[in-house]
Amino acid sequence: MNEYTYPIILGILVGTALRVFMLRTDYRQYPTYLHGKIIHLSLGFIAAALGTIAIPSIMEKEFTAVTFLTLAASQFREVRNMERNTLTEMDSYELVPRGNTYIEGIAVAFESRNYLVIFTSFVVTLCYLALNIWVALGAAVVCFLLSGMLMSGSKLSDIVTVEEKSISFDGAGLYVDNIYIMNIGLPERQEEIMKYGMGFVLTPKEFSVRSTIANLGQRQAILHDVSVTLGVFRDSGTPALVPLIKRDLNDGRIGVFILPQEKDSKRAKEIIEHVPVLENAIQMPSKKGRRNLS
Amino acid sequence: MKMEKAILASVTTEENRVHGSAAVFKCDTKEEMEAVAANLEAILDGIAHALSDQLYIIVKH
Repeated sequence: MNEYTYPIILGILVGTALRVFMLRTDYRQYPTYLHGKIIHLSLGFIAAALGTIAIPSIMEKEFTAVTFLTLAASQFREVRNMERNTLTEMDSYELVPRGNTYIEGIAVAFESRNYLVIFTSFVVTLCYLALNIWVALGAAVVCFLLSGMLMSGSKLSDIVTVEEKSISFDGAGLYVDNIYIMNIGLPERQEEIMKYGMGFVLTPKEFSVRSTIANLGQRQAILHDVSVTLGVFRDSGTPALVPLIKRDLNDGRIGVFILPQEKDSKRAKEIIEHVPVLENAIQMPSKKGRRNLS
Repeated sequence: MKMEKAILASVTTEENRVHGSAAVFKCDTKEEMEAVAANLEAILDGIAHALSDQLYIIVKH
């Protein structure tokens, strides 16, 4: 035992606790399995240890020890690769795939959460050693709140309005409201679609949002989330029964056509509203100044 | 090379309107055409699209 023991223990405890707090299995069902969770908890523990150890090393004038942090960075980049590979492998066996953009978003979140853990442990240990335990605990609370804020990105309901619209056939063409979705030839498929299908129209609230919801990855994420939650009326041999999203080129609205097993329009609307806006899909054309364009 | 979209077969009641390399199935009635298209859809794992009342194509997406 020496003067660093308690600060190190506190730093590691707070860091690991933060990782537990950020590792919630939500309705999107990832990570589902105990083993997957153990991997992330262990890595969280390692991240916490790395963040914590940095402070005593500096105080002991062991500056080279800080290079450990670079090791940590490459280690956690590996986490991102691991998540990406696993999810991509699994994705080809999903009835409605997540899509690469969604997978990339999840992988990036996993990597960045480890950095948040390092940062938290670093700050908590620093506060303990430089000031006292109460300040350290205060810093821990602030870090938890900050992480909670950073973790929750925006939802679709922040950028679009979701309305349920009827689906209809004009000849063989399937329409949601007036947005053309696809050509369905067989009358029996058409009947199935009229029976099980549901349509929603997402109207962008402002101009910049148009390109975000037009992103194919963002659209696939909507379809995946809805299909996971409400089930999907399709099988591997029925390619005609496929949930799709198409865009109205005139005004940027998108028409969402889904085939849920459970036809509950209120719930479907709620789910669409809660789909995360993918970081990689966000574009901000309105940030470009107009003065150079004339 | 991965083929993105391809016409796997055409099903028609008017034979003289379809030519080409994909298999053409000639049917006598609309009902027969629908039955053949439904079968082909399941077998080929493609989607039956209607181009007109006399012509269906099975497309691999």
